[in-house]
Amino acid sequence: MIKQKAILFDATLCVGCGECYNACKEQNKLPATNDDFLKDHLGANTYTVIEEYGDYYTRKLCMHCVEPTCVSVCPVGAFTKTELGPVLYNPDICLGCRYCMQSCPHKIPRYEWTKNNPRVRKCVMCYDKISKGESTACADACPAEATIFGDRDELIKIAKQRIAESPDSYYPEIYGLNEAGGTSVLILSPVPFDQLGFAANLPKEPLGNYTMRALDKIPSVVGVGGVFLTGMYWLTKRKNEIAKEENDTIKSDGKKI
Amino acid sequence: MKNFVLPKITFWRAVGTIIVITGLYSTYLRFTGGLAATTNLNDQFPWGLWIGFDILCGVGLAAGGFTICAVTHIFNIKQFKPLARPAILTAFLGYLLVIFGLMYDLGKPYNIWHAIIDWNPRSVMFEVAWCVMLYTTVLFLEFAPVVLEKLKWKKLLSIIKMVSIPLMILGIILSTLHQSSLGSLFLILPNKMSALWYSGMLPVYFYLSAIAAGFAMVIFEAFMSARAFKRDVEMNLLSKIGLYSALFLILNFVIKIVDLSLSGNINLLFQTSQQTLLYYLEILIGTLIPSGILLVKDLRVQKKWLYISATLIVAGFLFNRMNVTITAISSELKLDYFPSFYEVSITLMLVVFGMLAFRLITKYFHIFNEEKVTLNA
Repeated sequence: MIKQKAILFDATLCVGCGECYNACKEQNKLPATNDDFLKDHLGANTYTVIEEYGDYYTRKLCMHCVEPTCVSVCPVGAFTKTELGPVLYNPDICLGCRYCMQSCPHKIPRYEWTKNNPRVRKCVMCYDKISKGESTACADACPAEATIFGDRDELIKIAKQRIAESPDSYYPEIYGLNEAGGTSVLILSPVPFDQLGFAANLPKEPLGNYTMRALDKIPSVVGVGGVFLTGMYWLTKRKNEIAKEENDTIKSDGKKI
Repeated sequence: MKNFVLPKITFWRAVGTIIVITGLYSTYLRFTGGLAATTNLNDQFPWGLWIGFDILCGVGLAAGGFTICAVTHIFNIKQFKPLARPAILTAFLGYLLVIFGLMYDLGKPYNIWHAIIDWNPRSVMFEVAWCVMLYTTVLFLEFAPVVLEKLKWKKLLSIIKMVSIPLMILGIILSTLHQSSLGSLFLILPNKMSALWYSGMLPVYFYLSAIAAGFAMVIFEAFMSARAFKRDVEMNLLSKIGLYSALFLILNFVIKIVDLSLSGNINLLFQTSQQTLLYYLEILIGTLIPSGILLVKDLRVQKKWLYISATLIVAGFLFNRMNVTITAISSELKLDYFPSFYEVSITLMLVVFGMLAFRLITKYFHIFNEEKVTLNA
């Protein structure tokens, strides 16, 4: 069993230097999109950004959910959750329905709106790099150890330890521990997470469960529906026939008299 | 061709021609410049008018096809048989237009065949895709007798006639799954939609409202074609259909109010906000006013009131689907989306295509006055 990898981002340590942003662009060979990285947004050519909220900086990137919504909604299975942790996308079978974008609880996937062969774009957690046992480009580049890479279990331990050691510096929760079923990008913050622009109203269970509850009913709809409709057809047909026979009997009786 | 001299028809033909020319220009832009060149969609608002109207409304308004089939062939209430063929035709055209419209909205329409080989049964969109494929096939077979009659291909006709009842049953089940699954699509957005529209009951709402709107479309079309072909409308049948529609609307409305109360969101009805106003408009136009009219027997037997209420039900249905796709999400996420000129022009072109096809097919094939035909099952 491979241990799931993860990224831990600690907003109390981030100095907003932009090294992760630059390293990401370089690693994924993405063209420059903004002279000032603090003014940039996630986009088809920007997989991670640094955002400024008052005194604090935070990163935004694909959260690589443990049970990803995008994986559950994609009609053709263009998204996969790898054993290693990253959520990957296959543009070759994608239809472009954009249900992944519509449903992502973290509002991450971006689209190549201007292209005629558009792809969904997002962070891939440097899948090629980490498959070779390396860490992600952003974690490598971070001079402040605000972004670190490792086994998800280990990072959760480290996060808990940090909160326990300096409770005054941290909001006492780990974002991503079980938001919408948990994520492989974990966030520590000095303030409540919605103040750093993270979705705060997420249920604890994976969002895929919400649609599974409807999909689970399909077999019974088909079964009950089939039996009911066939039964109804037979019953009403028989009823009509009997009514007709009775009518005929009355008519022929009438003739006799 | 005698219609040609009527000024009214000429006016609508002119309007239709302008819409189609604009739509074709937008089509050119869409397939050369991509979605960015033609739509106001963006990363935070990836579904707009084309999903909301072309897909959700297109499928919903086609519901008359399966409801009338159920009434005439499963519940064997034969008096409604004259309504079956127009309803099946509407449904068939509706589904063809949905598929056509989908080609504009999909980012990679040329990949659509992947839906057949790449399966993800956990996805509602997968269910939707298969329902579209299978039910369009069923509608094709349900409609085929009309064409086979015209061609006098009796052998093929008798084969289709043999399987017609299982086909109808299959069609009703597929429609049930499909109509409700369009509501299920939104179940996965609990944190992105206003609670005025979001509910675990969305699949039920979509199903019941589609049944009501499908009945209303049958009435609406009967009036339209009566005017075009200068025939009389079957008021005794249509007013009963109107009553059925009202009953489904009321059922849907009651479930909605109970659900809003139970989920503790009923207070949303007493806010002063744009979304609350739009919710009230939807309910008034689409449910309360038309079902109020239709429940009064003296009113629903009158052509004028029946026509008005059917029109309101269809309008309210469109209103609801737009509210679910646009208002519910834009108000919750504080986003602004309004369809672009190109999006609207393509949607209008699809509507014109639908009306034109219905008109031509009803003119050249035996769609109305079905009772004269024997091989129709």
